[in-house]
Amino acid sequence: MRGAANRRKNRAGWLAMPMLVWSAIFVGAAILYIIVLSFLKRNPDGGGAILEFTLENYAKLLQPGYARVFWQTLKLAAETTALCVLIGYPFGLMLAKVEGRMRTFLLLLVIVPFWTNALVRIYGWKILLMGNGVVNKLLTALGIVDKPLKLINTHGAVVLGMVYGLIPFMILSTYSSAEKLDRRLIDAGRDLGAKPCKVFFTVELPLTLPGLMSGCVLVFVPSLALFFISDLLGGTSDVYVGNLVNDQLLISRDWPFAAALSVVLLLVTAIVMLIYRRAGGKASDMTLM
Amino acid sequence: MKRKKFGAKLYLALVLVLMYLPVLVVIVYSFNSNASRQPIPFTGFSLRNYAALFQDTRGLVASLKTSLILALMSVSASVVIGTLGAVGMVRRKLRLGGLMETVTVLPVMIPEIILAVAFMALFSAAGLRFGMGTLVLAHVTFCTPYIYLLVKGRLAGMDLNIEAAARDLGAGPAKAFLTVTLPLILPGVFSGAMLAFAMSLDDFVISFFVTGSNVTPLPLRIYSSVKAGVSLQVNALCTLMLLFVFVVAGVALLRPGKKNKEVFK
Repeated sequence: MRGAANRRKNRAGWLAMPMLVWSAIFVGAAILYIIVLSFLKRNPDGGGAILEFTLENYAKLLQPGYARVFWQTLKLAAETTALCVLIGYPFGLMLAKVEGRMRTFLLLLVIVPFWTNALVRIYGWKILLMGNGVVNKLLTALGIVDKPLKLINTHGAVVLGMVYGLIPFMILSTYSSAEKLDRRLIDAGRDLGAKPCKVFFTVELPLTLPGLMSGCVLVFVPSLALFFISDLLGGTSDVYVGNLVNDQLLISRDWPFAAALSVVLLLVTAIVMLIYRRAGGKASDMTLM
Repeated sequence: MKRKKFGAKLYLALVLVLMYLPVLVVIVYSFNSNASRQPIPFTGFSLRNYAALFQDTRGLVASLKTSLILALMSVSASVVIGTLGAVGMVRRKLRLGGLMETVTVLPVMIPEIILAVAFMALFSAAGLRFGMGTLVLAHVTFCTPYIYLLVKGRLAGMDLNIEAAARDLGAGPAKAFLTVTLPLILPGVFSGAMLAFAMSLDDFVISFFVTGSNVTPLPLRIYSSVKAGVSLQVNALCTLMLLFVFVVAGVALLRPGKKNKEVFK
């Protein structure tokens, strides 16, 4: 009997074939292809490459201009993640303490923006922040400023857009951790005389750390390359790796260099994941599902 | 104690207000009568942007249609590929299974632009014509992981012996799958499909690089109008789409029972 069941199991393995072949081609081979491409010389006419080994695409990354772009990108990702932690983590914790249907309703309010177009929400900020936009109108009307502030096309606007776009990941990730937290542990800490602050650092924080960590990864990684946000809200000096890749692909048409930039982004992602796993993070916490 | 609870409520409300502020602004300005094709200033209430939206059928409405067709095709293919993939992977521990799984879910773990570059390079090396075909290939690739992960999650909480029992009682493999396993994993398939559909409809980065000149999905159309700083029709269309999302979300919320969680997580 066991033999029959095992044979069945083995046959069922074939069901995964279409998916595995698909990912092998469109993910595996595609990524291997850009790794190869990043070591080739660019085609002088742009687009594609000629079959000649070179390290010049990576050497180019060390030029001060490009190195600065990478540094700025990492800085932006760090700022975005830090702000998402500061705003989103308390939100996730508090949300988990709300009772009953109200919690479902609030959770839904957090998720709905996910289902609406990201560009539209960025567009909303643009209307708010423009020189003659809503915020400036309000500030002048209230007499807080005499002339409109420069809000759009600034670094601050980019950070705002990034935090705004990615904070749902932090909220949902920390919420799902906090929801599983046994509330009696907090009560026990209090009953035994610990101050709220001590209860937080010895009970709540350690027990919600998995959610906080996966939230950080879920915010940090995408923030490395959301080029449309800096494109729509940033100024001329707000150039990040994502914008650079965009330019290289469509304007300079230097594909090997764009490939090298992507490979470095992939490496940064791999390092982040490695740190996450080393710190005890589980891959299954990474998907919010 | 009381005061602390009030503080928490205030904080939750404040963050949510900030979250909805830009959405609200888009809705309000969709009724702006300003004819200069600039969103600002607000000159008065009118429905002219809505009228213009439906007259200009080759613009935004056509793009919405393109996006819906794209999402429908991609998600249908992903549902089949991803569901079978999860069922197959759970049944049989393959050699290199871990690696293959990582490759499958990689699209949702790495910055989108990496895949965008990879697709653009790969498709042009293969000599494909950029357009709906390349868009579907790309979208299936990043939609499949969502279905796979959600169905796998569903299978993980299920007793695999149930299907074996059906087989032992004489059901054929197809019948056992369709009458026993499929109904049990259906909630996972459904929520995966919803999530994948939303991701496909919302995708900008990958579509931007793999589309051709004759096909413009909605996010790309919105991007170019926002960048150019024109057209309140974008606001009108977005308002209608938001209305739709809220109605769907409201229905899901009002539906009794615990199912909400499965749809939205």
